[in-house]
Amino acid sequence: MRPYQKPTPAPDADSAPFWQGCREHRLLLQRCGSCAAFRFPAAAYCPTCGSDVAEWVAASGRGSVYSWIVVVHPVPGDMYRDEVPYAVALVDLEEGVRMPTNIVGCDPQAIEAGMAVTVEFDDVSADLTLPKFRPA
Amino acid sequence: MWTLGDKYAIAGVGFTDYSKQSGRSVQSLSVEACGKAAADAGLEVADVDGIISFHFNDSVPAMAVATGLGLPNARYAIDYQSGGNSANLIIQTAAAAIEAGMATSVLCYRAMNGRSGFRLGGGRELAAHGITQYTAPFGWITYPQAMAMWCRRHMIEYGTTSEQLGAVAVTCRRNAALNERAMQREPITLDDHQNSRMIVEPFHLLDICLESDGACAVLVTSAERARDLRHKPVYIKGAAYGGGPVQGDDLFDAMRWPDHSRNYAHYIADDLWRSAGVGPADIDVAEIYDCFTYSVLMQLEGLGFCKAGEGGDFVQDGRIDRDGDLPINTHGGLLSEAYIHGLNHVVEAVEQLRGDAGERQVPGAQIALTTAGAMTCGGAMVLRN
Repeated sequence: MRPYQKPTPAPDADSAPFWQGCREHRLLLQRCGSCAAFRFPAAAYCPTCGSDVAEWVAASGRGSVYSWIVVVHPVPGDMYRDEVPYAVALVDLEEGVRMPTNIVGCDPQAIEAGMAVTVEFDDVSADLTLPKFRPA
Repeated sequence: MWTLGDKYAIAGVGFTDYSKQSGRSVQSLSVEACGKAAADAGLEVADVDGIISFHFNDSVPAMAVATGLGLPNARYAIDYQSGGNSANLIIQTAAAAIEAGMATSVLCYRAMNGRSGFRLGGGRELAAHGITQYTAPFGWITYPQAMAMWCRRHMIEYGTTSEQLGAVAVTCRRNAALNERAMQREPITLDDHQNSRMIVEPFHLLDICLESDGACAVLVTSAERARDLRHKPVYIKGAAYGGGPVQGDDLFDAMRWPDHSRNYAHYIADDLWRSAGVGPADIDVAEIYDCFTYSVLMQLEGLGFCKAGEGGDFVQDGRIDRDGDLPINTHGGLLSEAYIHGLNHVVEAVEQLRGDAGERQVPGAQIALTTAGAMTCGGAMVLRN
């Protein structure tokens, strides 16, 4: 199998549980242990109340399309020439956070604002799973 | 809020050729533009004691340019690690440094080989650490891709169309045709815009700014000192910088931004107009940051030239033409003059307020707006002659 050539996340101390969750096909979000606000991206302190106590909880995996683009011109060309056209979206999760992702499983031209989507884990390599979304 | 209204002025401007391939070092471009700005003001280099720039490590630092120019006493030499959002902020900061006694005359420059060297639009660093770990792995990498997401949301909220964006591109090109230093002077039509190839929906090629090699600079000093110099001073009447509560972890990051149908301009409008003591109706010419056509609409709305969602209508029917109600980007902007990251907008505003803009002069221009920024943070200035 060809080595994975595309940008690969470098998990840090804050984000490691998120990426590990993806490996296990679980969409994990931090929930503040003090004010119960969900947050994304991962962070050591709650941006709402400042607490450093948080737990990782499984999100429902359901959301809706807030905005999206369709990449036609591949950049970098050698990485994405065989992928275009592909859709990148900001998806609003039921838990109240907004997540960048790809919309898969439908023609990019069929994407609509507010479209209901659900998470689909893509094991792109032996070490990396990306949380993508498809029409619900 | 900016409280230095009319106490500081731009006394000189300088610029190199703008091209796709300078064949020169960025240091050489920087020294040329800065030297010309000082000379334009009528100052000896020895009279300059401050220098400031902004860049993404795609330029040369201010201390290197101070050295290259031979400044005998660079009391103030600083770089901002940032993008076009700082193209007005460096001027505001220069004035603040003079107010504090840290310097008396400050060169503000931006220099890069943005086409033949490091291409900012060609993709960010691909090591997906920090905030980039949540974006790049999904093939969301370039600034056109970042801004297209905002543009789409504006279309969703307000029904803004690609044809409406095209009006901005056509206007900038028409202005560039009158500007001898513009890189793209061949007129375009709305059809040309619509037929230009799709890069990242909803952006066609002609929605996206140029990539340029070049440098420009302005010299900031006290109003009192400026009045003794070569040109009539261009006063910094009002200014603001900011971008609301969630500016993100870097310029690309807007995943926590509450409403992508509006940008930083919405958050700085009150400070800007209060500090200037004038309002949108008083602006004779506006040089609006146009890394993408769409960002112009958002800034017009955010700064109150029209209501939220009306930017697409506002730019129709010649309203933004050189002889319209609000002439914009009289030099051609980033879309058609050159991508000197927004500092070239300030150079143009100064030439307009001096009455030195030649064929592209807006008759009787007395108050100009410059803006710098497109996403979560940015700045703006009201300049007057």
